[in-house]
Amino acid sequence: MSEPVEMTCHELVELVTEYLEDAMVPAERARLELHLAGCRPCRHYLDQMRKTIDVVGEIPEETVSPEAREDLLSVFRAWKRG
Amino acid sequence: MTVALELRPPKTEAALPDDQSLVEALQRGEESAFVALVEAYQGLLIRLAMPYVAHRAMAEDVVQETWLGVLRGLGRFEARSSLKTWICRILVNRARTRAERDGRLIPFSSFTAADGEAGEPAVDPARFYSTGPFEGHWMSMVQSWDDLPEESLLSDETRERVRTAIEALPANQRTVITLRDIEGWQAPEVCTALEISEANQRVLLHRARGKVRQALERYFEGA
Repeated sequence: MSEPVEMTCHELVELVTEYLEDAMVPAERARLELHLAGCRPCRHYLDQMRKTIDVVGEIPEETVSPEAREDLLSVFRAWKRG
Repeated sequence: MTVALELRPPKTEAALPDDQSLVEALQRGEESAFVALVEAYQGLLIRLAMPYVAHRAMAEDVVQETWLGVLRGLGRFEARSSLKTWICRILVNRARTRAERDGRLIPFSSFTAADGEAGEPAVDPARFYSTGPFEGHWMSMVQSWDDLPEESLLSDETRERVRTAIEALPANQRTVITLRDIEGWQAPEVCTALEISEANQRVLLHRARGKVRQALERYFEGA
């Protein structure tokens, strides 16, 4: 059985989203994880990506202004009247 | 002082009745149902419209048109997707149509083509050896952000940098990262709302996240 070609860092960074989405076939996933195990920069990169996603997730909700709510209620009432 | 962070989904959304009850209440003309829906989704809709418009007032216009479209189209809602997804799809269609009409966006049919095909990689290829025994490997160390103080990752300044980076994204990348990583939608819901394939959704997400990570890297490391 031939050895699978080792994944490069360059390949990995373009596969990181697929990896995090759990969208890789098992053989590719194994290849990626094998590379990760032996490559500190790539482990850091993956961690940076996870932390980036976390920070993005902390962006707060947009709020509805009272004026906007009133405007929309007018829209609703006009629609009701037909 | 710590600010309580909104949980996803927002409490107002969690308090909504099921889709069918909501639709029936709206069809009966119940204002409270409409108010509940607006409270739950107005913020999201504004956020989704923003990438496609020139300014916020225009986003509010598009969103208002969307609500009217939702009300008029209630009879057509078939519950094949959630009401939320359906509303968002109406919004995105309107926002994109408007942007195309105003000459600010490539046509809808090119949604997947332009963003999903050729395009910049997530990391500058110059950061990797292009030849030699280490071809494809990082040329320099990638920093660990574990060493950063906890506060810096959670700071207002950091969040502001991320917000700016997201606002600078091409519209379609911005929409996908907003729905996935800010609003917490699952991939299939995003695909339904935007009418794109899972693969295309992933490419857009990949590019978006790559740019935001890069913006953070520049901020933390002064790179």
